[in-house]
Amino acid sequence: MSDTTGISFGAQEGEAGFGDYFALLKPRVMSLVVFTALVGVLVAPGPVHPFIVFVSVLFIAIGGGASGALNMWYDSDIDAKMKRTRARPVPAGRVAREEAFAIGIALSGMAVVMLGLAANFTAAALLAFTIFFYVVIYTMWLKRRTPQNIVIGGAAGAFPPMIGWAVATGSISLESVLMFLLIFLWTPPHFWALCLFMNGDYSRAGVPMLTVTHGRRATRIHILAYTLILAPVAVGIGFTSIGGPLYLAAAVVLNALFILGAIRLMRRDEEAAAGDHYRAEKRFFRFSLIYLFAHFLALLGEAALHHAGIRGI
Amino acid sequence: MGIAQEHEIHKRRLGRNLGVGLALGSFVAIVFGMTVVKVKRGDEMRSYEHVRPAEQELSK
Repeated sequence: MSDTTGISFGAQEGEAGFGDYFALLKPRVMSLVVFTALVGVLVAPGPVHPFIVFVSVLFIAIGGGASGALNMWYDSDIDAKMKRTRARPVPAGRVAREEAFAIGIALSGMAVVMLGLAANFTAAALLAFTIFFYVVIYTMWLKRRTPQNIVIGGAAGAFPPMIGWAVATGSISLESVLMFLLIFLWTPPHFWALCLFMNGDYSRAGVPMLTVTHGRRATRIHILAYTLILAPVAVGIGFTSIGGPLYLAAAVVLNALFILGAIRLMRRDEEAAAGDHYRAEKRFFRFSLIYLFAHFLALLGEAALHHAGIRGI
Repeated sequence: MGIAQEHEIHKRRLGRNLGVGLALGSFVAIVFGMTVVKVKRGDEMRSYEHVRPAEQELSK
């Protein structure tokens, strides 16, 4: 009886469903990649066939997902220690580490080659670099070594609109660099807000997040500093070829609210924050998601206006 | 109990096989669709125009 139970349990643990493999690709992160890459293609000058847009965004998403699978392969020890990540397929025992690695490598190669064939090799090279940056520079090198991990690692998440732009134009331009910077500079305040109320997780896993190495006070100051650096970049996009009055109005309001939120966070002391279970920090984190989504939505709105023949400034 | 657990494994395996089959089928459809789009547009059958328009004119 005990033998049978043992065999059944072992087999069940090793038998992953299709959903487990899909979860390896970090679908929630993929949705951000899809959206920003799609905006990157649609705001770029020059028509792209709708099917090529679809295929390109799909392979950018698969490439991003593949890097997520490689991240889960390498970080399974950390993931097992953190409440937020311990249900992921590898630490939960539903997918073997080797499987996650194989899927990550295979999908990375396939996504890069297919993007090159569907669009152009500039876009494919940028996707390959994004995967390399996320897996090697961020996951393997920086994440466990420096509290600046999220600052530099954030670049990986910032590439999709630049890749999308390259799909349409075959090149890199000021607009695509600014879209990259928008996500790059947004990532630290977004993640550090999360760390403020999930600090225990990172301490347990031994990940040197800023909250762990320098404390919450320093993190709050850093959040404000980054929102101040981010604001001119975000507003500046409004003065390029992809901007306009709609985007400018949205960017000014969103950045004012983001800076106000960061000032509010900086003024809070730890007793007050713990007293209301980090309500302001959680609100700031949620707003940061809306902030990024709204900026790219406004860019899409500008593109739609330009397409309809209603020119901005 | 043992039978029920076996059944659960088979269900997962079936789901996985269907998922992989669907993914492979979609991949074939995508490659076919890409080919149709590129042929209809009169693209060269390679992904990047290495030859500039001026050079193309010269080569004619």
